[in-house]
Amino acid sequence: MSISREDVEYVAALARLELTEQETQEYTEQLNSILGYAAMLEKLDTSDVVPTAHAVPLHNVLREDQVKSSINHDKALKNAPDGEEGFFRVPKISLT
Amino acid sequence: MVVANKYEMVCGLEVHVELQTKTKIFCGCTTEFGGDQNTHVCPVCLGMPGALPVLNREVVDYAIKAGLALNCEIAEFSKFDRKNYFYPDLSKNYQTSQFDLPICGKGGLEIEVDGEKKWIGITRAHMEEDAGKLVHSGDTITTSNASSVDYNRAGVPLLEIVSEPDMRSIPEVLAYLEKLVQILEYTEVSDCRMEQGSVRFDINVSLRPIGETAFGTRTETKNLNSFSSVRRCMEYEIARQARVLDAGEKVVQETRTWDEGQGITLALRSKEEAHDYRYFPEPDLTPLIIDREWVERIRQTLPELPAERRARLQGIGLSEYDAGVITQSRALSDFFDAALKSFGDAKTLANWVMGDVMRLLNSNQCPVEDSPISPKQLAELLELIDKGTISGKIAKTVLEEMYATGKDAQVIVKEKGLAQISDEGALLGIIDGVLAANPQSVEDYRAGKDRAIGFLVGQIMKATKGQANPGLVNRLLKEKLS
Repeated sequence: MSISREDVEYVAALARLELTEQETQEYTEQLNSILGYAAMLEKLDTSDVVPTAHAVPLHNVLREDQVKSSINHDKALKNAPDGEEGFFRVPKISLT
Repeated sequence: MVVANKYEMVCGLEVHVELQTKTKIFCGCTTEFGGDQNTHVCPVCLGMPGALPVLNREVVDYAIKAGLALNCEIAEFSKFDRKNYFYPDLSKNYQTSQFDLPICGKGGLEIEVDGEKKWIGITRAHMEEDAGKLVHSGDTITTSNASSVDYNRAGVPLLEIVSEPDMRSIPEVLAYLEKLVQILEYTEVSDCRMEQGSVRFDINVSLRPIGETAFGTRTETKNLNSFSSVRRCMEYEIARQARVLDAGEKVVQETRTWDEGQGITLALRSKEEAHDYRYFPEPDLTPLIIDREWVERIRQTLPELPAERRARLQGIGLSEYDAGVITQSRALSDFFDAALKSFGDAKTLANWVMGDVMRLLNSNQCPVEDSPISPKQLAELLELIDKGTISGKIAKTVLEEMYATGKDAQVIVKEKGLAQISDEGALLGIIDGVLAANPQSVEDYRAGKDRAIGFLVGQIMKATKGQANPGLVNRLLKEKLS
């Protein structure tokens, strides 16, 4: 499996990243090198191995349905770039 | 359904239902509706760096319960995934959802349209978090300059129920939705308050030429929150697609939004491009292993579902229609069952519940569960009629008084002296008086005018303020006149 320039441009667009010509080139090479390294795993016989869903061998970590106190307006909005009357404020939303 | 004599519609639905837990899916914030903006929030549901989500056990229990009620397979192994997208309704740039291993697998439910039964398949149902609420400063999402965000609802647990593209007409779609919401309401996994957004619908619809087996290109209209919007939206969207196809053009696969005010759907984004969510397993949550004992434990908590209740009520003498009305909502059905414990005549009980009781509740806009007349009180009233203490007609007056005061039927009958007069001696006296005062009617009756007796009965009822035992009055009167 290899990564093309188009793949990099597509993923960058999905992640809302603007890449220069040089960066696109650089990342294409780097990603190919990483995938190439990981491709070593393909040599292993994994027919008896269950797909890994989580890196830690734990399951069913659950909590009871009990209300805990929330944080207040000021704390919630403390790190927000913009806010108004207890709301977070965001710029015009582009849907396309 | 045939559209413009040429096309058949194909529809599948995604239904999002808010689960009725006290706290959010991954944190202890309350799920209570309303509240000042951003007051039901914490580092977890605001997506602050380093905050760790922990799954609410009740959400899993409810998801299993809903799945069982919808005949779904319950997965033994299930996990959460991140659905990545850029939209500020969630602060994390992803929604924690389930992708390839949802908690509920294949299931379905039976609908009936115009006497025809049909099975509608359910593909899957999965758990996920709800998003926050955006208030746009402009009129619509497309014209606003800035948006205010309230994350109170972010993290409220949802079950997304995805149907197969099995529906072929708007009535089928509505029947499926009504059935689905009814089952969810019975299982009490959700309050199903549509006006508060507890249930929301996404409609996938396409048209294809009649006789064609391959599906046409579909559009998805998101976030409808009432049955009437679903109906209107589908009428519009089907007509729009038919126009596009008629013009020889192609329907674009895209997400659309319903504009309730204008009654039209509008394109939001093109699906091929925007719908690459790059799902990957959620590293902050561990997988779920649901052993069969857990499933059985939940199965024990399932109530009698609407279809079973209808069958039982028909078995004790109700018509199919009456059984359908009574089981429409869990609350009404429970009310009926509770009254049935003390008053065994199901048919009479159904008539009273569907008639006078519902009329009183509706005219006072009172939900059944808040009825000032308890099921037991209603049963006692009906028993008074049965025993001949009061007439059916007087009972209606008593019922209204019960509604207004919350008093027992016996108390009202006693206080107001409404007990039926069944004492022959007393009635004979009154009858003599009425006959003496109306010689013309007596003559008419004896001359063969049977209708005259109705007038005489009316006069006797008037003289006794409606309290005379009607059966007894009729018998005594006929004896007198013969």
